[in-house]
Amino acid sequence: MTNVEAPQDLQNLFDETIAADQRIEPRDWMPDGYRKTLIRQVAQHAHSEIIGMQPEGNWLTRAPSLRRKAILMAKVQDEAGHGLYLYSAAETLGADRGDLTTKLIEGKQKYSSIFNYPTLTYADVGVIGWLVDGAAICNQVPLCRSSFGPYARAMIRVCKEESFHQRQGFELLATMMCGTEAQRAMVQEAVDRWWWPALMMFGPPDDESPNTEQSMKWRIKRHTNDELRQRFVDMSIPQAEILGVTFPDPDLRWNPERGAHDFGEPDWSEFMDVVRGNGAASVERITNRKAAHDNGAWVRDAAYAFAQRERLAHDRTTGETS
Amino acid sequence: MSENDQVQRDQVRGEWPLYEVFLRGKRGLNHVHVGSLRAADDQMALRHARDVYTRRNEGVSIWVVPSANIVASSPAEKDPFFAPSGDKVYRHPTFYDIPDSVPHM
Repeated sequence: MTNVEAPQDLQNLFDETIAADQRIEPRDWMPDGYRKTLIRQVAQHAHSEIIGMQPEGNWLTRAPSLRRKAILMAKVQDEAGHGLYLYSAAETLGADRGDLTTKLIEGKQKYSSIFNYPTLTYADVGVIGWLVDGAAICNQVPLCRSSFGPYARAMIRVCKEESFHQRQGFELLATMMCGTEAQRAMVQEAVDRWWWPALMMFGPPDDESPNTEQSMKWRIKRHTNDELRQRFVDMSIPQAEILGVTFPDPDLRWNPERGAHDFGEPDWSEFMDVVRGNGAASVERITNRKAAHDNGAWVRDAAYAFAQRERLAHDRTTGETS
Repeated sequence: MSENDQVQRDQVRGEWPLYEVFLRGKRGLNHVHVGSLRAADDQMALRHARDVYTRRNEGVSIWVVPSANIVASSPAEKDPFFAPSGDKVYRHPTFYDIPDSVPHM
């Protein structure tokens, strides 16, 4: 049954599968670079979901009503679930979940820089749902057709759930905009703080994005960073008008020739600084993640030891040896 | 890395083993593979599968199985393993020419 094939045949089969828009599955042969790129991207994505629990988790105990608390709890639980779908996809590539967590804690793998900004008011919860999750949806919908099967399937599950996240955020803000002058000002202030970081979520401009070209050839990515950023801006503007808020960009205007909005350039030096770990909440995020991991160690060990003991006891009573 | 290498590594490090999760979406449908998770034992795997994969009524029944217990065919589609069905077009109804005038066929 073993059918040893020449590397060139394997490469050809891989190329044909990609060209035919078919999916690569875990046990298929794939180039090392493809595997490495995917592990890096999927792990970074998984870490973002896990770290992404913290900015909003910060407000769980101070939600303004039981309704908002239940919604926020469900959303934070979803982020945990999304992280787990993605770690599951990463493991099909031969990555080890424990290793990935260690790399996150040791700062050897990154997560989205958006989560290194602090959540200062409850309006931030709404803005994260509307803009941050909105930007995530823009990024993730094309990933549902990513060439690696397990990643694409995980993204389909994530996108279905992400829609609730965005809508609850928009509804929260719309409710606050019907409130007092102070509440409306709180929403506008939160929008002003999150708009530019949300635009940075799509990554550096195309001419400075080292991985985009190869990732598009491999059909891991389907659109460039700038294409997705433009799509997000065009989507968000009518939503902001309905909400009654403005974006802090004097260059933002409709361009009839392009059939799209022109907009200003994000501060890429700030982006690079946050990526390097100098965000306002960078240290806190990793410290919390490490503490959760360390404090949970005895629970993981105890559950493992208990399972081992039960297995031995079971084998003894049934006379099995395994 | 083979499944066995992974199992050995998990045991050395005391890592919970990997389980594959299958869901029946509703009565009348087959269980379908949805992903994997790690759990110390079978019962924990079931509970974690419920929490991770059925937060919105996606399932009425869950199967979990240790990933190491899955036996799989070799992946390449052109694998000779599937050759026996490749050249038997007469197994398909479209192989047979029947006049259009024959009713109910």
